[in-house]
Amino acid sequence: MTSFILRRLAVAIPTILALIVISFILMYSAPGTPFTTERALPPEVMANLEAKYGLDQPFLVQLWRYVSGVVFAFDFGPSFLYKDRSVADIIRQGFPVTLTYGFWSFVVAAVVGITLGVLAAIYHNSWLDYLAVGVTVGAQVLPNFVMAPILVLVFTLWLGWLPGGGWQGGAWPYLVMPVIALSTSYMASIARLTRSSMLETLNANFIRTARAKGLPMRRVVIRHALKPALLPVISYLGPTFVGMITGSVVIDIYFSTGGIGMFLVNAAFNRDYSIIMGITILTGVLTILFNLAVDVIYAWIDPKIRL
Amino acid sequence: MALLEVQNLCVSFDTADGAVSALNGVSFSLDAGETVAIVGESGSGKSQTAFAIMGLLARNGRASGEVRFDGTSLLGLSDAALNTVRANQIAMIFQDPMTSLNPYMRVSDQMAEVLQLHKGMSRRAARAECIRMLDAVRIPDAKNRITMFPHEFSGGMRQRVMIAMALLCQPRLLIADEPTTALDVTVQAQIMDLLSDIRRDFGTALILITHDLGIVAGACARTLVMYGGQIMESGPTGALFDAPSHPYTAGLLDAVPRLDRDDDALRSIAGEPPDMLRLPRGCPFSPRCALARDICADQRPALDPFDTARHRACHAPREEVS
Repeated sequence: MTSFILRRLAVAIPTILALIVISFILMYSAPGTPFTTERALPPEVMANLEAKYGLDQPFLVQLWRYVSGVVFAFDFGPSFLYKDRSVADIIRQGFPVTLTYGFWSFVVAAVVGITLGVLAAIYHNSWLDYLAVGVTVGAQVLPNFVMAPILVLVFTLWLGWLPGGGWQGGAWPYLVMPVIALSTSYMASIARLTRSSMLETLNANFIRTARAKGLPMRRVVIRHALKPALLPVISYLGPTFVGMITGSVVIDIYFSTGGIGMFLVNAAFNRDYSIIMGITILTGVLTILFNLAVDVIYAWIDPKIRL
Repeated sequence: MALLEVQNLCVSFDTADGAVSALNGVSFSLDAGETVAIVGESGSGKSQTAFAIMGLLARNGRASGEVRFDGTSLLGLSDAALNTVRANQIAMIFQDPMTSLNPYMRVSDQMAEVLQLHKGMSRRAARAECIRMLDAVRIPDAKNRITMFPHEFSGGMRQRVMIAMALLCQPRLLIADEPTTALDVTVQAQIMDLLSDIRRDFGTALILITHDLGIVAGACARTLVMYGGQIMESGPTGALFDAPSHPYTAGLLDAVPRLDRDDDALRSIAGEPPDMLRLPRGCPFSPRCALARDICADQRPALDPFDTARHRACHAPREEVS
């Protein structure tokens, strides 16, 4: 197990290097610079700015400077857009916000989704099943950029229960709507995945054996069916968790939460290379870590997998 | 009083194509300690008979008729009441030992939960009892192997585990649904030996469901032959094999390859297995039967007694069946 994890982490290093190089090439080949504005700057000013940030250097020199900065000094460079602030500062400011609402959205999506999916499978073809399927189809086709304004309309404008936006250090009234908006469609996917997987598991021969032992249905489901039924769900949850904690532009814009999703979009519009790179690397590293976590959980659940 | 009495048991399944009748009025009884074989080809309803008795029919299945175990009617029981019978009074062994044990649980946990549930034993006491039972089904080194997962056992060993698990509560009836079908021939013989030893030692009644006539001959005192969800004939195994009284039984026995016959060809019963959606109004075997007459297509023959302890459901006179 330990050697498996170490091996996987060792493979992660070239993966992340490749990620850095490819993202860097993509950004380099896009036309324009961070300093391209509607009104053209005088050429001397432009040349000065480019020299200051090293953009006048050949591609390979720029790439080497960036990679060596990241690798040897853990320095992701200064932001081009926000004067006097480094990428690390911006991630430090935005990531805790994203992590907070992303984490809670994940918890809500996983708990509600799995519960709903399991119940729908146990009561297959009953009104509960039909209701769960109906709700999840609805939730799945409702994108969060539609969901968010509806929530604001209902809970802020009509009912006046919740603030329409802001963060306030993640106090719960500010957390409720972002979490609902972000978790709904994930919850629906998780519920549908759990339902079909649980239905398949409940038809397995070993479930019939468990029933023949006289175990009550509750015990059959919890002790015998849950683990195998959750395997496909877990492999979905890994990347989903990363997607949720690395931010949502829609949430940041509609609820003015100030997470990294908004920084990323602003950075993309303004060609703020170092911020784009920083957030890309963050997402890449998290993806690798959580895929590894999924594999470890798999091995823990399924005794046939030996790492 | 008989230990198990099945009367006019019918099972049907609601499917998209309409109701499929899997069992059409099956009746038989079984005394304590007795062994009965149910034979028939795939789809004849032998497994559904077992599932109906255990209350393990698929969700879209419905059973009617009467199943009495030790005087209690099982079909009307609630799940909770039925759960006190399952494994405790009637235990079942399934066809495919590869998939019938939970691959995600240690054998120790799967076995011990039966005793913890029905006998209220502690985990530790249950485990000790499980090791004893694994020894009884001749699993070598049971003490250490019990903590393994099912995939670490061979097919034959897994079926031994299933048998040990089924016997933990010393049930009065054991239903073995094709216990050797998925195993190779030498292992089949070992498992059949084990089953008959266990029957002798524990005094358990046994229903052996199989399509393998070879293993019936040695293991069961009485045999029921099923076709199209009905019993075609029943009787003491020896007499039934020596002088089958039903054309279907005769065909089945004729299909068993024999070394003392000269022809190399495998014999079979002409025609197709019945379409359970569209069973004939009369005898289900009539479309394939060489002795069929006009009445066979229209009228179901009753299961009538003859000789000692034998029954047959056939319109053709017995002399015509050879």
